[in-house]
Amino acid sequence: MTWSSAADLAAAACLILGALLALIAAVGILRFPDVLTRMHSATKPQVLGLLLVLLGLGLRLRDARAIGMLALVALFQLVTSPIASHMVGRASFRAGQVRRDLLVVDELSEVLPRPEQPRQP
Amino acid sequence: MTAVVVLCVAFLAVAALLLVVRISLGPTMLDRVVALDVLVAVVICGLALEAAVRRHTTTLPILGVLSLLGFVGSVSVARFTPGSDDVEVEQS
Repeated sequence: MTWSSAADLAAAACLILGALLALIAAVGILRFPDVLTRMHSATKPQVLGLLLVLLGLGLRLRDARAIGMLALVALFQLVTSPIASHMVGRASFRAGQVRRDLLVVDELSEVLPRPEQPRQP
Repeated sequence: MTAVVVLCVAFLAVAALLLVVRISLGPTMLDRVVALDVLVAVVICGLALEAAVRRHTTTLPILGVLSLLGFVGSVSVARFTPGSDDVEVEQS
């Protein structure tokens, strides 16, 4: 077995794992009851699945410039995804769209300066 | 390689279908935004899969653009969700 065929095999494994993570996350997003639980499920393909797929693409292309571009894409995703998740979680909690009966610990409601009426969607 | 491609495309297609269902159902706007963000990630995975199969680098800049685009969309929708912030209080 040569190095290139081994790299192709590893790339195939990475691509399948990434696509499988996307499928699992989509099932979670459809079935989970709440914005916060759906966000928990949403981070899987956004970070790990995408990294696996980009790793598979890099193993398949085997070109330095292409791998640099892929590292840039991964860096963008890793930097922007926590910020977006933070904004969405903050907005959903403050807008009262979180199911409070599902929360185990809720320390934010005590320290929020202006407690809102929970608005049911 | 063909079996791998078929398997990956099937996974991604089912995932995109489920996400579209959640986007159309989603009780709140933030649910839709979360699902839309994941849909962008699935589209990136699909483009990368196509580039990996045909071994070309044409679509790599599109991957970069998409990874920034989902961020802008979800942040702006989260920022302007009613009741999510003190903006209305300060203005009134």
